[in-house]
Amino acid sequence: MGELSRLTIAGAREKLAAKEVTSVELTQDCLAAIDAADALGAFVHKTPELALERAKAADARIAAGEAEAMTGIPVGIKDLFCTKGVASQAASRILEGFRPEYESSVSQKLVDSGAVMLGKLNMDEFAMGSSNETSTYGNAVNPWRRGNDDAQLTPGGSSGGSASAVAADLCLGATGTDTGGSIRQPAAFTGIVGLKPTYGRCSRWGIVAFASSLDQAGPMTKTVRDAAIMGAAMMGHDPKDSTSADLAVPDFEAMLSGDIRGKVIGIPAEYRMDGMPGEIEALWAKGQKMLSDAGAEIRDISLPHTKYALPAYYVVAPAEASSNLARYDGVRFGHRAKLGQGDGITEMYEKTRAEGFGPEVQRRVMIGTYVLSAGFYDAYYNRARKVRALIKKDFEDVFADGIDAILTPATPSAAFGLGEMADADPVQMYLNDVFTVTVNLAGLPGISVPAGLDRQGLPLGLQLIGRPWEEGDLLNTAYALEQAAGFVDKPGRWW
Amino acid sequence: MSIDTDTARRVAKLARIAMPEEHLPALAGELSAILDFMEQLNEVDVDGVEPMVSVTPMRLKRRADVVTDGNQQDKVLANAPDAREGFFAVPKVVE
Repeated sequence: MGELSRLTIAGAREKLAAKEVTSVELTQDCLAAIDAADALGAFVHKTPELALERAKAADARIAAGEAEAMTGIPVGIKDLFCTKGVASQAASRILEGFRPEYESSVSQKLVDSGAVMLGKLNMDEFAMGSSNETSTYGNAVNPWRRGNDDAQLTPGGSSGGSASAVAADLCLGATGTDTGGSIRQPAAFTGIVGLKPTYGRCSRWGIVAFASSLDQAGPMTKTVRDAAIMGAAMMGHDPKDSTSADLAVPDFEAMLSGDIRGKVIGIPAEYRMDGMPGEIEALWAKGQKMLSDAGAEIRDISLPHTKYALPAYYVVAPAEASSNLARYDGVRFGHRAKLGQGDGITEMYEKTRAEGFGPEVQRRVMIGTYVLSAGFYDAYYNRARKVRALIKKDFEDVFADGIDAILTPATPSAAFGLGEMADADPVQMYLNDVFTVTVNLAGLPGISVPAGLDRQGLPLGLQLIGRPWEEGDLLNTAYALEQAAGFVDKPGRWW
Repeated sequence: MSIDTDTARRVAKLARIAMPEEHLPALAGELSAILDFMEQLNEVDVDGVEPMVSVTPMRLKRRADVVTDGNQQDKVLANAPDAREGFFAVPKVVE
């Protein structure tokens, strides 16, 4: 067990094409690895029968010579994606028992390409969190540990289950979603690759909405090449999402030459935060050196409104969430509270939402309600949208000056312990998104690449930010960084 | 900007989340801390800046004004906590 599940997507594709292995064998190996890894809390709804059925179909397709890039590849799907007939709860109690009658566009594209869904993955409730501790299923756990210390660490969030599953080799790749860093931060915490595409690349249709102007799905994989393969299979125009871009998706994998000579990499001064750990700073410097050794030009740049990204995000995202989550009223789907004698419809709404939403979701819905309420709309919401326009302009200015990509740390620290932030105020947890959230506000593509280990043996990631729609170029720069970093470490198996 | 318990009660009511009276002071404190963090936005000069509407400049697509979907009452009701005779059922709203 675990031999085949350790493969990369590219590696498995080769073995499938050469008939050295079948999709059924790959899938069975992953299912066994999943069953042996309940301690990680990564898979929260397992779908072994469906997986084997799809694996058989994939094998038939491969035999018929009709395989696509993802045909026969076993993957995990974040619980935020609606999957037909399979529980889709956004890790919330309020969607208990919900089995969609439809499939999200992104997961449908994966089905169409022949990928095999192994099950649904843990996450923060409604994707609101940075540690996977707000899930109704309980915590997802990072397969990495601090040396021999058996303290459980967070895999990050909100796509914590996806990160944990890929890092522990329970699947070959997984879907994630990223509203403020929810793909890139967990990828960095677990030593894997996470790509957030340009806003509009992946259809949002059928993905439970958190903040519609920021949400974007993307792949979480073991290598940059795999992110190129799986990412391309997830992207593309969808008439069912009005913000989906009607642009062709290039062959990203064909663009992975590793040649970045002459590319200009920007280093933003504002990302050098006070109190940033020395190890993060050293890793960032190492990343600059690696890209410069590969022939890129390193240039200091300024993104002057960076400091205001987090406060702007924590106005815009809760505002959109309060509106999106209004649909959870106990009428059409999910949980409805038991009502008392004489309770009317208002009590039904109020009790259902109080029981169904966890504390962090309640907090964000109420903050959103407040900043959108009469008298505060201009002071908070409109001001934040103006600041957002300035943050986007910062990026447009440096791209206009010839910058091809921007290099930053992915996170302000390595993975922290589960429960360690329990007594911190909510704003402390929000600081996890400090390096990633600007990218969502500006709608840009961003990727987290594992680049080294810290003193305690935990993975650290670097982030590259690209021009809009140029995921291919971004992936190629990430590929060069990945080759230079040579990160091959794996967590020791304790689960 | 500080949120008092009255404001916290009003916000919870607007959000349709039942909030026990004894939780209101702590909630008010948490909401105040988050809003204090947002106060930084007042340092930014936003004169003449248009609020962002869409992050990627694109014209919203239009589709033909025709019926594209429907005739799936059973699927629509399949996940309802209480459905009767083809309808969503809720507590009485009209006396």
